[in-house]
Amino acid sequence: MATVQLWSSLTRFTDGARAVEVPGATVAEALDNLVKAHPGLDPILRGGVSVVIDGEMIPNRHAEIAPDAELFLMQRLKGG
Amino acid sequence: MAKDGLTEFRLIGTRPDRPDGLDKVTGRARYGADFALPGMLFGAVVRSPHAHARIVRIDTSRALALEGVKAVVTRADLPDGLEGEDWDLQENTLAGDRALYDGHAVAAVAATSRLLAEEAARLIEVDYEVLPHVIDVDDAIRPDAPVIRQGAADASVPEGMPPNVVRYMEFGHGDIEAGFAEADIVRERSYRTEAAHQGYIEPHACVGQLGADGAGEMWVCTQGQWYIRRMCAAVLGLETAQLRVTPSEIGGGFGGKTTIFMEPLSLALSRKAGGRPVKIVMSRAEVLRATGPTASASMDVRIGMKKDGTITAARAEFRMQGGAFPGAPVDMALYCAFAPYKLPAVQHIGYDVLANRPKCAAYRAPGSPMGAFAVESLLDEMCRELGIDPVEMRLTNAVREGDRASYGPTFGSIGLVEVLEAAKGHPNMAAPLGPNQGRGIASGYWFNHSGETSVSMAISEDGTAQVSVGTPDIGGSRASIALMVAERLGIPYEDVRVNVVETGALGVNEPTHGSRATFASGKAAVVAAEQAIAEMCRRAAAEWGIDAEAVEWVDGAAQPAGPNAGRFPPMTIAEIAGKMGQTGGPISGHHEGLPEGVGASFGAHVVDVEVDPETGRVTILRYVVVQDAGRAIHPAYVEGQYQGGAVQGIGWALNEEYVYDDRGRLANPAFLDYRVPVASDLPMIDTVIVEVPNPGHPYGVRGVGETGITPPLPAIANAIEDAVGVRLTHLPMSPSKVLAALKGRG
Repeated sequence: MATVQLWSSLTRFTDGARAVEVPGATVAEALDNLVKAHPGLDPILRGGVSVVIDGEMIPNRHAEIAPDAELFLMQRLKGG
Repeated sequence: MAKDGLTEFRLIGTRPDRPDGLDKVTGRARYGADFALPGMLFGAVVRSPHAHARIVRIDTSRALALEGVKAVVTRADLPDGLEGEDWDLQENTLAGDRALYDGHAVAAVAATSRLLAEEAARLIEVDYEVLPHVIDVDDAIRPDAPVIRQGAADASVPEGMPPNVVRYMEFGHGDIEAGFAEADIVRERSYRTEAAHQGYIEPHACVGQLGADGAGEMWVCTQGQWYIRRMCAAVLGLETAQLRVTPSEIGGGFGGKTTIFMEPLSLALSRKAGGRPVKIVMSRAEVLRATGPTASASMDVRIGMKKDGTITAARAEFRMQGGAFPGAPVDMALYCAFAPYKLPAVQHIGYDVLANRPKCAAYRAPGSPMGAFAVESLLDEMCRELGIDPVEMRLTNAVREGDRASYGPTFGSIGLVEVLEAAKGHPNMAAPLGPNQGRGIASGYWFNHSGETSVSMAISEDGTAQVSVGTPDIGGSRASIALMVAERLGIPYEDVRVNVVETGALGVNEPTHGSRATFASGKAAVVAAEQAIAEMCRRAAAEWGIDAEAVEWVDGAAQPAGPNAGRFPPMTIAEIAGKMGQTGGPISGHHEGLPEGVGASFGAHVVDVEVDPETGRVTILRYVVVQDAGRAIHPAYVEGQYQGGAVQGIGWALNEEYVYDDRGRLANPAFLDYRVPVASDLPMIDTVIVEVPNPGHPYGVRGVGETGITPPLPAIANAIEDAVGVRLTHLPMSPSKVLAALKGRG
């Protein structure tokens, strides 16, 4: 199971959980399963988030992830 | 100063002439305002003189009656039904039922000359019902504040928050209260920064042409031609592929040219004028009133520290207004604020707030300078209180590879410690200081970014190479990419030309933003070059009648990989290219994707100032920028980025601010009153390029464009306290504010 780390103001959508374990072999599968478990997160994810795995931002939803991967959700990053 | 110290390059790290240099010094470079087409019309925009007003009536009849006026557009000419960010863009392009800030576009007109268009704009009558307005971010979240837009908040905002709060975030880790309890001192302060404009010299300019069939073209100064295409198509209801956008040379962007402002108006006017092209060039006042400055901020920071300088806990609450639309970079500010420090406990809270100001746009490390101003200022005060050297405190708490960042993820390879050590050893740190002179240091951080990237490279018949990239060159990326491609192909730098191409020539590219161009387009260009090399090795193998695997590429030529492969003299790129018409056709490479392996960049600045106690004027005496570049492909450009970031940060710290009158109108929409630093204000900015190569890039590139604007704000505040013993917490630190602080000191 991968672990998705949420920013804490999202915990009102996850029954208070800051970290949610989800199955998934890719970023997309993990995020889709996260939304299935906690539908309140859907508008947040559809609004755009950045996913960081092992310290690196992974923009590709189809990137494969390790079974014990830690996914950090961050606000969508952009620059000047 | 390369960390590995082993790799030797032929071209990487050299300083050849810039490819755009001759064009720019001779005036041959074509900027946005330089384009002209036969039959072209000129556009002018009618803008609201009110900060907040209901638009009661727009009468265009007198303008349309003027001879030479060919089209007028109002919001009624744009499609309905847009949502989210697309609606925001459309609403900012042309106001709907309300003008939301001073300078908000209300109508536009096209005529046969610019003067005529401006006269016609004056003849468009707009009746307004002036509404209460709010400018300040803290005022905007008071219970009695005018509501900018009901229902604008996204799902992140809990019920019960003030209606002008449109995004809310909270994140962190560790036991924050236990951390503060463990500290020897806990200090808390509030800070404010004012909105500052990107201050690019070239105003926004475009020529748009759109036919009744929905097919069109645009020539525009932009950091991102595909963004312009997508946004214009969304605002006007066009099919994206029917719009072809060509970027001009660009006279500065700094994030402010990653979005649209008046560009859709040129297309809308063109469509109503029978497809005649329409040129719009903003005045400086329009740029300042109606294009994105960055946000203004109100920030509270609390930090706990032990006597040895160890930080035990930290908390930040930032409130930022980004104008009348969501998008203030409060998230980035929070992510970056404590990024240089390894923290056992940290809490971040952020509010994105609406106010009656122009829609903010990205500005060089969006948000990071504000956060650094608050955090680095308070840390400096605490170091003074505890008698700790500020560099040693930063080294004590510095994040290293494998540490958890304040914002959550684990850092990969980073060079903060190397940066701080280089700053510590710089001669400026030992320069003597006189009366009313002081020294300040501060750190800064930016993530850097990758994003959608598509690059093509083609070998010419004579063995030279052309590279097509989709990232406009705002800081030297053409030279850097040419160096990397030439290095890989084994040919002279001068044999590679890098062209920034239009939207029809490549797949979708994100703009040049996030310090990504040299990293992402450069990485893709190297892959494209390797594809061409593989093909040239195959062509040589076929000529020699050996396996392609038995051929290697060395110094710009194919050669047998070893004695067993056969004895053939090297076949140069020019020889292979000269025969390509007979050996299989064109030789090229192409790569597209989402390049991974972005490397973050830390910096530290050391500034010496002198404060005039009579006037409060702050003079920069010495300034040094130390920053990790990963590897400097073209060091002169890297130094230029460091210097440019520092100068913009100095302006933000000392001079620049949006000043509004009591009616919410911008009082200083000109460079005379909105004062950016000029060369005579500053000494030479010294630079130290630290190189801790990014393992995620073939040549170690991190991206260098943004970190440099982050430390100047707090570094100068810290230097002022060192000089005269007063702490300024509200930017800009103008002479009047410094003088008031000195008088308050008694």
